[in-house]
Amino acid sequence: MKLVIAVIQPDRLDEVLDRLLEKEIHLVTVTDVLGRGRQKGIAEVYRSHTEAGSLLKKVRLEIAVNEEFVRPTVDAITAGARTGQVGDGKIFILEMAECIRIRTGETGRMAIG
Amino acid sequence: MSRAGGLLSKVLSGSVLLALIPGLARAGEAVAASPIPKIDTGDTAWVLMSAALVLLMTPGLAFFYGGLVRRKNVLSLLMQCFMIACLITLQWVLFGYSLAFGPDWKGIIGDLSWAGLRGVGGAPNGDYAATIPHSTFMIFQAMFAIITPGLIIGAFAERMKFSSFAVFSLLWATLVYDPICHWVWGVGGFLRGAGALDFAGGTVVHINAGVAALASALVLGKRLGYPQRISPPHSLPLAVLGAGLLWFGWFGFNAGSALGANGLASGAFVATHIAAAAAGFGWAGLDWFFAKRPTMLGMITGAVAGLVAITPAAGFVTPMGAIWIGLGASVFCYLMVSLAKAKLGYDDTLDAFGVHGIGGIWGALATGLFASKAINPAGADGLFFGNPGLFLVQLKAVTVTVVYSFVVSYILLKVVDFTMGLRVSQQDEQIGLDLTQHRESGYTVLQ
Repeated sequence: MKLVIAVIQPDRLDEVLDRLLEKEIHLVTVTDVLGRGRQKGIAEVYRSHTEAGSLLKKVRLEIAVNEEFVRPTVDAITAGARTGQVGDGKIFILEMAECIRIRTGETGRMAIG
Repeated sequence: MSRAGGLLSKVLSGSVLLALIPGLARAGEAVAASPIPKIDTGDTAWVLMSAALVLLMTPGLAFFYGGLVRRKNVLSLLMQCFMIACLITLQWVLFGYSLAFGPDWKGIIGDLSWAGLRGVGGAPNGDYAATIPHSTFMIFQAMFAIITPGLIIGAFAERMKFSSFAVFSLLWATLVYDPICHWVWGVGGFLRGAGALDFAGGTVVHINAGVAALASALVLGKRLGYPQRISPPHSLPLAVLGAGLLWFGWFGFNAGSALGANGLASGAFVATHIAAAAAGFGWAGLDWFFAKRPTMLGMITGAVAGLVAITPAAGFVTPMGAIWIGLGASVFCYLMVSLAKAKLGYDDTLDAFGVHGIGGIWGALATGLFASKAINPAGADGLFFGNPGLFLVQLKAVTVTVVYSFVVSYILLKVVDFTMGLRVSQQDEQIGLDLTQHRESGYTVLQ
């Protein structure tokens, strides 16, 4: 079991969700986050004071998957989020020790799906 | 003249009994035409309504300011504005109104004979407004006394102790606002006597508050992390709502200052609206040109600057004059806020000086340029209508206000700083004023 964490540009979220659905990956948690990479975002200007914007708005996805779904998940995220510009984001894949479905108490492979 | 006004006059003249006898009714009418001050219901309705409009500007200002600060300080701004509304109302009733408008003492201040609103009732005061109850004039003016210290909040936002803020505001209202109000508007006030024109409070309200704001920014110093690590406005929509309420309320501020429902009020209403539109448009254009995009914050800042600038001039200028005053306000305030402030390095958090101080000074001087007797025979002609003298009188009123307001505000701030401290602790400033000063949060994270 793996936990896939992706940090992507907010405007790519809909595309990524569509691609995940195409691969039958339904379960995903999405949060608004702030982050910093190498790229510069769209500078905001307030009364002519330009905000350097050291932290940029991003979207973070968390997806728990069984081994055979790791590749399709990464492919879907990459296909949906890639524009070729600096700042498209990153994908992290972590080992996941356990997964428990609260309603039934099921664990492991069964609980993820 | 209205029925109620006529009836009141008859009561005053004791002619009601006579009027009961048919043949003598006409005699009663004749007595009613005597110069006894007579209430006009239309005028009274408009000024009461205007007072409510001006009151609404203070919560409007709270939203305008509240939207522009960081989310951890939003309540502190709303709270300070509401505190001002409550605190200054009591001050005004107890002694403020009497100091500002009461019987004159040497052209400097009113005496205390109207303290507690003694004798300020339903009968008109012919010196100020002959056709509305004295209490109507008083409550209309109360709303100005409230919003003026409210404007200063913009300069010391996000770092002032609430207790010190309350003490400073009370002292400032009493020792700065009330005297200047008396000089310019009070019968016997020395600037009123000099012929300075201030239709609705450009000098008394905006220059006064704007200059005090500059003093506050200088005495309190910059916020932690200014200018590099200050987050952008936490809610521009809230600020836009506030600006909308300010624009709306300003019709009461300016058109209400005609103190009657008449052509002068209508002219002031029209000029007010035109100047706000011209300045909002102007600022957006400047943003577009210099920063490559027109900004929402720029447009509302411009509109407010235009409203500030037209305030002293509203009842004295033509519609075309109002356009020039509005456009001028956008240019001068833009230069101050965008270029000069950054160079000078002081932290006027929400540009209370840049907008109200600079806009107010421009408006007062522009009144000396664009005023025309053709618009208001009770006014004067400005420089562009062949009378350079008015411009000099306006310059004098501006200078006196700037100097007095700055010096006394500076001293009051230093006194409060010395006795109780003006700023919150560094840690409290980082946590935010909402939690540290009020034990509340503007927004919940979980539901």
